Parts: sequence; C-alpha cells; structure tokens
Amino acid sequence: MTSTTPELTSTPELTQAPRLPGVAFILKKALISAFVALVLFSLMIGVRTEAGPTGQLIYWTRFGDLAALVVAVFGGSIVVELLRQWWGRPGAVRTLPPPVQRAFDLAGRAIPPLLLIFALLVPVIFYNQRYILDLGILVLTYVMLGWGLNVVVGLAGLLDLGYVAFYAVGAYSYALLSTTFGLSFWTCLPLAGILAAFWGVLLGFPVLRLRGDYLAIVTLAFGEIIRLVIINWQSLTGGPNGISAIPRPSFFGIPLTPGDDGLAARLGIEFSPTHRIVFLFYVILALALLTNWVTIRLRRLPIGRAWEALREDEVACRALGINTTTTKLSAFATGAMFGGFAGAFFATRQGFISPESFTFQESALVLAIVVLGGMGSQLGVALAALTLIGGFELFRGFDQYRMLVFGMAMVLLMIWRPRGLIGHRAPTVFLKHSQAISSELAREGRG
Amino acid sequence: MSGDNILNVDNLTMRFGGVVAVNNLSFEAERSRITALIGPNGAGKTTVFNCITGFYKPTSGTIRLNRDANRTVQLERLNDFRIARQAKVARTFQNIRLFPGMTALENLMVAQHNALMRASGLTFLGLIGAPTWRAAEKHAIDQAKRWLDRISLLDRADDAAGNLPYGDQRRLEIARAMCTEPALLCLDEPAAGLNARESAALSELLLSLRDDQGTSILLIEHDMSVVMEISDHIVVMDYGVKIAEGAPSAVRDDPKVIAAYLGVEDDEVAAVESELGLQ
Repeated sequence: MTSTTPELTSTPELTQAPRLPGVAFILKKALISAFVALVLFSLMIGVRTEAGPTGQLIYWTRFGDLAALVVAVFGGSIVVELLRQWWGRPGAVRTLPPPVQRAFDLAGRAIPPLLLIFALLVPVIFYNQRYILDLGILVLTYVMLGWGLNVVVGLAGLLDLGYVAFYAVGAYSYALLSTTFGLSFWTCLPLAGILAAFWGVLLGFPVLRLRGDYLAIVTLAFGEIIRLVIINWQSLTGGPNGISAIPRPSFFGIPLTPGDDGLAARLGIEFSPTHRIVFLFYVILALALLTNWVTIRLRRLPIGRAWEALREDEVACRALGINTTTTKLSAFATGAMFGGFAGAFFATRQGFISPESFTFQESALVLAIVVLGGMGSQLGVALAALTLIGGFELFRGFDQYRMLVFGMAMVLLMIWRPRGLIGHRAPTVFLKHSQAISSELAREGRG
Repeated sequence: MSGDNILNVDNLTMRFGGVVAVNNLSFEAERSRITALIGPNGAGKTTVFNCITGFYKPTSGTIRLNRDANRTVQLERLNDFRIARQAKVARTFQNIRLFPGMTALENLMVAQHNALMRASGLTFLGLIGAPTWRAAEKHAIDQAKRWLDRISLLDRADDAAGNLPYGDQRRLEIARAMCTEPALLCLDEPAAGLNARESAALSELLLSLRDDQGTSILLIEHDMSVVMEISDHIVVMDYGVKIAEGAPSAVRDDPKVIAAYLGVEDDEVAAVESELGLQ
C-alpha cells in the first residue's frame, strides 16, 4: 500500500496538471490486490471441508462466492486508490483557507462545553427512554475510568494493563462495607477511593524499577491476581457467586423508594423507578467531572508537571532532584483512587457484583479508550469512550459482525490518527499564547 | 590546598567488573571558578561526572561538596535525586536530555519542582488554589522568564523544547540546570555540535554565570578553544588517571598532555621498543 510512485512523491506544483492518475497504474494495483485475494480466499472460501457422518473428509466448492469476493476486492481497490489520489499524498501538509481554519478552531473550542451541556440534559431529553439513560450511565462510567487511567498512562507514561484491579477493589470495598457494616454509599465512596489508592501504592512499589513492556506484564498479572483472590476467598467475597443485595444509593439519606419516607413521597410527586436512574446518571456525571477537574488542576501543579516530565525523560527528572519513586507512586495512587470511585459506583448501580465483571477485557477496553482518545487528552478520552461504548451498542444489530466492524474501525482510526483522536498536548503554562504541541514530539513513556 | 574549594574528590575509583574506568583520582574545584576536566575519548571523564552526580556509586574514594564553610555533603553517600536536591549539584548531559514534548517554559518550571512542591503544600494547597501557592507559582514563572531572557529564548518560551534548534536546546538545558539554583553546575560537553559563533556565545554565557551568579562550574569539554578561553583550572585525565593539572597555559604546554592527545613522537616509541628488546 505504501508504494512510492512518481505521481505520489512529486511536489504539489508538479502534480497539479496530471491530477488524474494513470489508469494503467490503478488497474495494475487493483489486479495485484485481486490476485492476492484469490490466493488467500481460494482455500478459505473457495473450498469448504467438513467431517462427514462416518468421519471421512467431505468437501464442496463455492467458486461463486470466491468470484464475488475477488471482484469486490478488485472494485474496492480501485475505489481506495481513487480516494487516495483525491486525498493527496499521505503526510502532505494540507493548509486550509484561514476562514475554514478559524471555523475548525471555534468548533474545537465549542465541543467541550456543548458536550457538557448535552450530558446535563440527557436525562431531560431521554426521560422516557430507559435504554438511553442506562447507556449514558455506562458511557460515563467508562469516561471516568478512562480519565482515571489517563493519569497513569497518558500523563505519567506508565503502561498499566491491570487497571480493572482498582475498579474491583472499589466495587468490593463498597459492597462489603455496606452489606457488613451498613455504611451508606456516601460514607463508603471516599473509603473505596482510599482503599483503591492504597492498593495502587502497593502495586506501585514492586514495579517501580520496571519499564515499558515489563511494567505492562506485571500490572497485567496484578489485575489477574486480584480477580483470582476474589474468586477464591469465598468466606469474604462470596467467591464466584459474588455479593448481592448491595444497598442502592440514597439522596443524601433519603431513599429513592416507593415507600412513605421515599424521596417521591416527600416531594409529593408520583413515584417512578426512573428517578433512581436519573439520580445515578447525575451521580456518575458528577464523579466523572470531579475526576476531570482534579486531573486538569493536577496537571498545572508541580506534581502533574513532574508526571509529564517523568514520561518524557526519567533520567533528567532525577538530575533535577525529582524523587521519581514518590512521583510514580502518586500517579498510581491517583489513578487507582478514581478507579475505586468508579468501582463503588458500579457496585451501587448494579446491586450485584461478581468477579466476572472484572476481567482483563475491562482493562483492555479502558486502555483502548485512553489510547484511541489520544494519550493525555481529557477531551479525547471522553470522545473515545463515547464512540467505543456507544458504538458498541449502536452496532448491536450487526450481531456477530459487531466485533469485525469494531476492529476495522479501530484499525482505520490508527492508520489515520496514530496518536489518537486528539493528537496534541496543551501546555500547562504559557507566557504569551498557548500553542498545542504535536504528540509526535511528546514521548510515550518507557518507564 | 584546602582554600575555598566547592568540591574535593579524593582517591576516587570506579570499577565496572574488570574494567577500571577511574583509578585513584583526586582533584579539587574552587568555588566560583570554572574547572575543566579534559582528556581523550574514553579517559573516564563522564564516569567521574556520573559519580559526582550520583548516577554511579563509586567503588571507593570520597567526594565532598562544601556548600559553605560549615556545611559539607559527602556525595558518595547520597544517591540519585538527593544529590540534586540536598547537595544542589545540577548537571547537563552529553546527549541533550530536555523534555521534548514540553515547552521551554515548562522545562524550566519542572526544574523548580522541589521548591514549588513545598509551596503547593504537597499538592493539597495548590489543589484548592491557596494564595501562597499562587504567589510561589508567579515567582517561579518570573524566575523562568529571567533565565529565558538570559539565554535569549524569551520569544520562544511557548514552543516545544523538541522543536528548538540544537544550539538553543543546549542553552535551554543549561538554563534548566540553573533554575535549580545549584551550588555546583556540571556541564557534560556543552559545546558539542555547536558552530564557532554558538561556542563563543556559550563561552560568554558560562563566564557570566561565573562572574554574575558566582556559580562554580565543572566542565567536560573537547572544544579546546572554549576550554582554554574560560577555564580557571584544568584537570587532564587519560586512562582513568590524572596526568596533569593546572592553569590553561601550563596544561597546554605539558608534554604528557600533548602525548596523550597527539601520541608520542616516533623516536620515543623506538627508544621504548629497543629498551624492551623488540627491535
């Protein structure tokens, strides 16, 4: 695909005239693609084999399907090539006319407040659509998890594949504290955060010396260890059966139930189960916004700058007298704390938790959100969570092709925007004007 | 000899397995003076630097930093970031180690981390935006601005450090080290890769650091025009040992130094070989 033909590599001035590419070139490329498809699919599609009733091999041919696929690849290849020619040389700097650029800048600035207003209005707009409200809560949970992990991966550059461990610690902290001691959600929420942060520090200590891939593997193992402990510590956690009848959150002491002391009765309105969903929606929105606010604040404080400096160059940090140990641990603890908050919320929303909710897939999904969003970018993470989780639901109709569509979308995104949706970092302090720094310059962190 | 030394290195030895990179090296660096450490490639200069700045732990020997008349720090006992934090030794690197994805201003802010961390009440006061923190932050920005002005990079303060030209990155790294308000500034080949004009500007900057700030500087450098022009004292190393030291004029004419850099003349080689019975 990355051929360097004269048409594509010559300077723009020279390509002005022969804008239409050589037909022969396109046909040649399409033919090669079709041939590759023929070779690949002749065995995969063209011949179907199966074990017969007596165990012998039976096979039949599907040359019609094969031909259709090869023709599709041929046609698709021509379309892709035409699109590429129309789009221009990859990597070429496309300068937009100033008014268009200004419009884009304005749109970029307008997106965060508009998103926030939309999020605030979701329960009002979709009051009668329980499905949308539930989806909104799910998306916001992942936004919060993404923002929490962003502190560790995006800012401090520590690749953490076991983030779900802190989510689990938070969820089980709330579930156990509330079912055993009868503590309310609002008392348990900070406790869950603190406990998760504590586990973050515990995980941090052994992995301080590790970098990059090694760190990723150890954190991955740590995530699995937590899950296995939860499964096997039957007496405390209920093992694979999980914990049920976890108390629902109250409106600062007033339960959201149909009874006489419920919120609806006190306000003198008719009870509806939707009230609780709307309440949960605003709780997770508030928690997510708290995460965002704290992270934005921290970035402008010395600790946040030290995290980013650590991602850029650990040796230089040490030469400047920065204690890299405490800096790394504080990043782990902060990220874990937000994961713990999200876990406590998850437990109270579901009312039931079991180890099945805390598999590696969750860690991978949250990491995918951070990477797709653009490491370190708060807006990018929010958008990525919206597209990933929302898109996942949107494509539910595609049934078994859902994962395929999904994988394709991710591959395409990584080709077009290898640094994530928002591929630049905003400086934390500036003298005259803040100019975005391309992520090409920022390091991804090896430590 | 004791006089007013900022740094006393005594019998420093650094061994890597069987390789003796630095062998029983002793030298001093005077306060508010520029001391240069020179020698051919592989002489062990950077190893000495890494011992002084705590990146290596010396096999034996002592390194004393005298912050003032009655405050002495044993550097070989401290490790890692504590040397920069407690002993106030700042350094630059042979291959520039800026934070490329952060702006020039941010680089200088990171350098003031420890002071700012204290002012932000270990982040908590900063999180609620306490007035003391705001004042400290403003002060830090002013300090960074002064240094940017000093290295004439004020108008590029908001550019990513990785986007600056090579010479500017070298100067920015020195400014970043100076933002830690060091007692001793260690520069590892600051003139490497600079053109003649940039080297001259660098010499001027280092002299002004010495004369205006009173900074003590320890310098590794291959560019002899820079070394001879600005150094007050030169220590010459070869194969891990000190072969000469003294004022630039004395070192320049020392036959051992000339031999180390240029090799010895043919008849001397012949004399040694005949002594050993090789001819």
